[in-house]
Amino acid sequence: MSKDWPLWEVFVRSKGGLSHRHVGSVHAPDAEIALRHARDTYTRRMEGVSLWVVPSASIIASDPSDDGAMFEPAEDKIYRHPTFYNIPDDVKHI
Amino acid sequence: MYTTELQKSAAVASTEDADKLAAFEARVAADEFIEPKDWMPEAYRRTLVRQISQHAHSEIVGMLPEGNWITRAPSLRRKAILLAKVQDEAGHGLYLYSAAETLGTAREEMIEALHSGKAKYSTIFNYPTLTWADIGAIGWLVDGAAIMNQVPLQRTSYGPYARAMVRVCKEESFHQRQGYEIMMHLAAGTDAQKRMAQDALNRWWWPSLMMFGPPDENSPNTAQSMRWRIKRETNDELRQKFVDITVPQADAIGLTVPDPAVQWNEEKGGYDFGQVDWSEFYAVVKGEGPVAKERMAARRKAWEDGAWIREAADAYAAKQVEKRKAA
Repeated sequence: MSKDWPLWEVFVRSKGGLSHRHVGSVHAPDAEIALRHARDTYTRRMEGVSLWVVPSASIIASDPSDDGAMFEPAEDKIYRHPTFYNIPDDVKHI
Repeated sequence: MYTTELQKSAAVASTEDADKLAAFEARVAADEFIEPKDWMPEAYRRTLVRQISQHAHSEIVGMLPEGNWITRAPSLRRKAILLAKVQDEAGHGLYLYSAAETLGTAREEMIEALHSGKAKYSTIFNYPTLTWADIGAIGWLVDGAAIMNQVPLQRTSYGPYARAMVRVCKEESFHQRQGYEIMMHLAAGTDAQKRMAQDALNRWWWPSLMMFGPPDENSPNTAQSMRWRIKRETNDELRQKFVDITVPQADAIGLTVPDPAVQWNEEKGGYDFGQVDWSEFYAVVKGEGPVAKERMAARRKAWEDGAWIREAADAYAAKQVEKRKAA
């Protein structure tokens, strides 16, 4: 049995002006081959103009079991949204 | 290209945290997506790993019957198209292995399970590709059946699997259309070419219907998989849909599906059709397909013949690390 190559996460910029978006992952022994594998696997139909590959082990993710502590504090701060404020209809450009 | 849930699923362990399970079931019932780090019942994880890896294996093994014809394609155009299609199948296998890996199963474990004969893959690939028309029939029927199966899986409850399916479905339509085009040209050709097309349809029709898996009453996993939104439509529902769209496609190019029982049923708004020979299906699942042994031998040979290049890539990567250290 062989040993798996390290895993890399692949990000593609679909066209200029847009940010890179996560599309999947590839196995590769080094960054250069990771880029080549990412190209063959994820951009066979002009899906992108730029690729990033990042070692999967380098990604630090939040823990879903801490979702509450992480994200709930934002829930009751509706005053952060413009629709929270009542402005008379005849006041324009605001 | 395609998946069938071929083994018995394990029952949900009773020891699991009942609250977590209830919360999980509620999320799935509300059509939420489950992501890799979320809590999930062990049986859900196991069922997914099996289903996604079988699906991945099917993509990989699916390259073999078609690869057989790349060097004998009748024109440069057909050759370029077939190469692109086979390359897509490799890509689909890779998307799916990646999705399965997010569940904590190593790629090497899955590859090893395939090569040792432990893992299953779609029965369809254990039939031989005897003529060029078989390449047409595979694209039209086998990829057609695969699309039918995969479209609902774009909404499957496990996020990475659903996302892989979205990508696969985008690419699959070309596969079906190029196959139908091959059949269309043969069916409009000489008598011999037309016979070849009809012969391919005759041989691939029933195995394609088997791709949807056993009838609902003999598919013990369906209920649980539907409840977990791993599966979205039953085997028989999908099979009926496939027959309904495919019969008119055959008619349109002057070919006939090899089933005298096929008849439009106004009342149900679909075709009636004959009984699938399930004993053949179960025999092929057990590894008695006409070319099952050849397929696995070819797969293992490809893997072993590629060993030197994997080793070279490893050696090169190690050397670069050393070089950077020295610099």
